[in-house]
Amino acid sequence: MSGSHSHALHYHGHSPVHRTAPQVKLVVLLVYVFSVVATPPQVVWAFSGHAIVLLGVLAASSVPVRFFVTRLAIDLPFLLFAFLLPFVGADPRVDLGPLSISEPGLLGAWNILAKATLGAGASVLLVATTEVPAVLAGLRRLRVPAAITAIAAFMIRYLEVIAGELHRMRVAMTARGYSPSWLAQTRPMATAAGALFIRTYERGERVHQAMLARGFTGDMPAAEADGIARWWPAMVPALVTAGIAIASRVGG
Amino acid sequence: MCFLHPGLTLLLQATCSNGDGGAVHIPDGYINLITSAGSGAVAAGGLWAALKQTGRRLAEKQIPLAGLTAAFLFALQMLNFPVAAGTSGHLLGGALAAILLGPSMGILVVAVVVIVQALIFADGGVTALGLNVLNMAIVTAPVGWGVFRWLMKVLPKTTASGVGATMVAGWVSMIVSSTVFVIEYAIGGQGGAPLGTVFAAMTGVHALIGIGEGLISAVVVGAVLAVRSDLVLGTADLALSRTATAPSGKAVGGIVAAGLAAALLLVLVVAPMASPAPDGLEFVADDTGFAAAAEEHPVGGPLADYGVAGIENERVGTVVAGAIGVGATFLIGFVLIALIRRRRPA
Repeated sequence: MSGSHSHALHYHGHSPVHRTAPQVKLVVLLVYVFSVVATPPQVVWAFSGHAIVLLGVLAASSVPVRFFVTRLAIDLPFLLFAFLLPFVGADPRVDLGPLSISEPGLLGAWNILAKATLGAGASVLLVATTEVPAVLAGLRRLRVPAAITAIAAFMIRYLEVIAGELHRMRVAMTARGYSPSWLAQTRPMATAAGALFIRTYERGERVHQAMLARGFTGDMPAAEADGIARWWPAMVPALVTAGIAIASRVGG
Repeated sequence: MCFLHPGLTLLLQATCSNGDGGAVHIPDGYINLITSAGSGAVAAGGLWAALKQTGRRLAEKQIPLAGLTAAFLFALQMLNFPVAAGTSGHLLGGALAAILLGPSMGILVVAVVVIVQALIFADGGVTALGLNVLNMAIVTAPVGWGVFRWLMKVLPKTTASGVGATMVAGWVSMIVSSTVFVIEYAIGGQGGAPLGTVFAAMTGVHALIGIGEGLISAVVVGAVLAVRSDLVLGTADLALSRTATAPSGKAVGGIVAAGLAAALLLVLVVAPMASPAPDGLEFVADDTGFAAAAEEHPVGGPLADYGVAGIENERVGTVVAGAIGVGATFLIGFVLIALIRRRRPA
């Protein structure tokens, strides 16, 4: 689970990237990732360009490289999947020593490795430099329906509470001599989950009552999102990446 | 969407702050841009419809409830259950959320979980967000709800039926979700792996994950039905009787028959759709490279082999392989349930 106040992916700082308004950062992220995905995998130089842009923003963000790389480890499981592709892929094949490697599979593996790593890197940078309420406020300013961001806000607010409750149930079960082993834990844990849902539901009702008592009328108060909402310098990395993507599609 | 990797779960849990083991959402670059954008549009439309349906009710009372349920699902997703040797999956919760809160609320809740995972926990690609929302929320919640309601119409109105119907609904929702992924892959896949391999691996693995999904959903619904049955929207209008604490033999038989029928129907409808694709399942015939993959996907391998080795006609072969898969899955499921029952002191 994440830390107590801001979660584990966040890196506190005051860099220009940190201070940029969240809605600007979200748009930059979208343009960047879509440009990366639009780049044909054959055009290898374009991916170096995309990587340089990402590393440039990383340098400007004052987020330590070590922190960034550790968080990027979320990438690991599907990297492994990508390494399988050259072996299960279609013909034509090339022989590489004792191995028979599929050419489309190899290209597919490179495609996923490069794009997924760059995409995850960009996402990690956003989260590392933006507080969670700010991300939600940014989404709200980009016209994401209030109901969605409000549900997300409640979810994040109570995540620790509910995960903690689940943990306490588990501790209580262990204290009473229950020892979780392989499959036998499925049923007791699922029963606990049922009890947890009832507690969650009832907590939701209490939260609503408390909100009514404090004058809730059906609309959530708008979240504060400060930050520099200037588009011009912030959009540069996105525009450079989009340019590279267009050049790679046109020029090859 | 879940790609499972033996042995990586522990590593992932050690490195990944959200504790998401085993299952990883579709990353950027796996499906091409046009398909991703199209799925995004479909997902946005689905979300819009769900919002419209819940309407003012949502704003007034259910926003805290939906948010807390999303947190509940997120917390549950941290509990991994073992699938096969060395791999594990976790609950997706689309069918469960739909049965508890209704299909539109189910869509919203699971969609928010997926969106938060992508934008706050950097889990799942940003361009693939539409795909992930579509597969995990827009598909699973209505499918789970539909299967559950249909089964409850057929089955005797008891809590035991509710539990069994949830089990089947959870399983079917996973299979349909994985099939939708295969369709997306067929339209815009960038992996370079043959469609047949992907279909066999995804459906095979998800037939197993689906058992976990179904079991956990079923026990959760059973626990809620036992204490506060008024909180299960899927049975709110049915006035279930609670005479039997353990399901009677007859009820179990009915559930099994209905579940098998639903699964076989799915195989008959879904499996042939894979055949017209260029690769079909013929890839296994003389593909030496697949031996390596068969070790990675113990379920996909033998079935795929069967589909080719025994029967010449591809389409029939696929259906037969699928039917055998369903049979094997149910067998495994019953052995698992029997094991759990035996381990649990009465």
